[in-house]
Amino acid sequence: MKYEEMQESSESVNMTDSTTTDTTGETSAPKMTASHVDVFYGDKQAIKDVSIDVNMDSVTAFIGPSGCGKSTFLRCMNRMNDTIPIARVTGDIMLEGEDIYAASMDVVQLRARVGMVFQKPNPFPKSIYDNIAYGPRIHGLATGKDELDHIVESSLQRAGLWGEVKDRLQDSGTALSGGQQQRLCIARAIAVDPEVILMDEPCSALDPIATAKIEELIHELRGRYAIVIVTHNMQQAARVSQKTAFFHLGTLVEYGETTDIFTNPREEKTRDYITGRYG
Amino acid sequence: MNSLTEMKRRPTDWQGAAMQKRIARRYAAERRFKAIGMGAIILSAGFLAFLLIVMVGNGFRGFTQTELPLEIDFPAATGGVSSSQFEGPDANSNLQSMGLREIVDSSIDLQYGEAGNDLFSPGGWTTVNAMILADPKIVEQKATIYLPVVSEIDVAYKDVGNPEAEKRVSEFSGQFSTGFNWNFLSNSDATDPMQVGIWGAFKGSLITMIVTLLLAFPVGVFAALYLEEYAPKNRLTDLIEVSINNLAAVPSIIFGLLGLAVFLNFFGMPRSGALVGGLTLALMTMPVIVISGRNAVKAVPPSIREAALGIGASPLQVVFHHVLPLALPGILTGTIIGMARALGETAPLLMIGMRAFIATPPSGITDPATVLPVQIFLWSDEVDRGFVEKTSAAIIVLLLFLLTMNALAIYLRNRFETRW
Repeated sequence: MKYEEMQESSESVNMTDSTTTDTTGETSAPKMTASHVDVFYGDKQAIKDVSIDVNMDSVTAFIGPSGCGKSTFLRCMNRMNDTIPIARVTGDIMLEGEDIYAASMDVVQLRARVGMVFQKPNPFPKSIYDNIAYGPRIHGLATGKDELDHIVESSLQRAGLWGEVKDRLQDSGTALSGGQQQRLCIARAIAVDPEVILMDEPCSALDPIATAKIEELIHELRGRYAIVIVTHNMQQAARVSQKTAFFHLGTLVEYGETTDIFTNPREEKTRDYITGRYG
Repeated sequence: MNSLTEMKRRPTDWQGAAMQKRIARRYAAERRFKAIGMGAIILSAGFLAFLLIVMVGNGFRGFTQTELPLEIDFPAATGGVSSSQFEGPDANSNLQSMGLREIVDSSIDLQYGEAGNDLFSPGGWTTVNAMILADPKIVEQKATIYLPVVSEIDVAYKDVGNPEAEKRVSEFSGQFSTGFNWNFLSNSDATDPMQVGIWGAFKGSLITMIVTLLLAFPVGVFAALYLEEYAPKNRLTDLIEVSINNLAAVPSIIFGLLGLAVFLNFFGMPRSGALVGGLTLALMTMPVIVISGRNAVKAVPPSIREAALGIGASPLQVVFHHVLPLALPGILTGTIIGMARALGETAPLLMIGMRAFIATPPSGITDPATVLPVQIFLWSDEVDRGFVEKTSAAIIVLLLFLLTMNALAIYLRNRFETRW
């Protein structure tokens, strides 16, 4: 029943979306749209009625206390929650007007279009080259060795890692330092040419210098990819994002321009969290 | 509550007698534990050393044979034959028609007298046969050939035999020599311990192991991958898991009965063949591979699966590109254990008829065959004392087989091991 309702409402959103997709080049077009999303783990509701737009030209930060559902919501955006058998998602999440939970959506392709960077750097125990080349290989993005080499080089360059690893591409990816590993993971995500990159607390396992490098990288990637970053660190959210969403107990309390959220929050709860009263 | 907080804590007396006693007790406990551990290791090493020393000591003699020289005057005995007829494919039948066996017998009579034929192993003439085939020029001259003696004298010469044999040994003392028993490596089972060989059983073991590996490894690995990565976590999966765990603990003779009932009686496969033996042992080995495979798959960090899924790898690609390569060393460890157990297994093979007297090595999976442990079992049952050292020698061969197999598996495991 719920699914049918969901489908109907998705159509109506589609209509409004199609008017905006004409202006894809413009900054106002949302890349991903979530409306009335609920997530259940068994009987427990983890996300309650969250609606949010993610834009191409801005970095969106999800902040909130531990267990508020920000990571859960992020993982719904490329259906990584599918791997948890008891997780159930209702509501619509659209990628350029396509319902990502529709039966016609291929989840494997979706995850290539909506890449993900995880909390703990998780390079494959393979060479640096193979780490980057794996995605393009399985999706058939390169027709030959030269093209693959080019993809590897440009991905590493965009991730700001090329200079450090260009002489040791055959070394194991796990031999790099923590910060380098995380940039390798970002390069790996970039290599399949995604439209959106989801980052789940990408700096929480890194030292301040490595964190600064990742933040710099996020700045440089903005505009080319829609970026969503979950962070515990409010200074980081303020530094890297243009839009901020504050989650609390599974609900989206406030979503707006980062400057507004941090200087002039509308909600009491947001103000309390930002000023460090809880969380 | 209040009294607790108000209670004054006495300052800890780190130098006090009670404290010193506690420290001494702790050290003593640690020393005791170390001693027990060392004792256990020394005990097991001692048993292993004892086993190896006894086996190698006895088994070494199984690889040698006692020989006596025999002079054969071929031109006189045959009336002069050309060596050319013993070359080519007809050589063997030409030797038969020449009456080589009689020539050898009469030469023995000539040199050692009437009782001479009790000295030499009845199959000794086959040694001469093999020599002529290797070098036909022998038949044109007078040759001195060392032939194996009968089993009783062999035992008496090497060790202590029956009084009669001992008497003959002293009679010919000084003439005996010891040669390497090549027959032991190239022959199969025989009734004369001087003529028995391990080759048939070795080949049978090899073929059986290949059948077992080809069946148990893929089935075990795929079952483990499916159960860990794909199967829904429900009652049925739990039931299957319990069944597989139980299967691994079933006594091996039960598998023999199963093989007898299913493969021989129901499917009508050839009795005593390596095919049925391999199938039966595969049934026994598969659960071990499944259990170790599941543990190895479980040990692959979930972050690797997430990483692969996150860039759009399909579940199948995740399994075959990432999970399986990382789990392979663990799977191989389980396979080593399972295969080693299968290699040493006797009981189930007795049930499916691999205990027959088989004098020719198997040439395929359906030929009657026997395996090394069954051969050892059969020889250990023989009355003839000559079989004692052959049994030990066969055990050495079995242990070497096992060592080689394990070394290969460990080499493969280390090659696939991922260094993080």
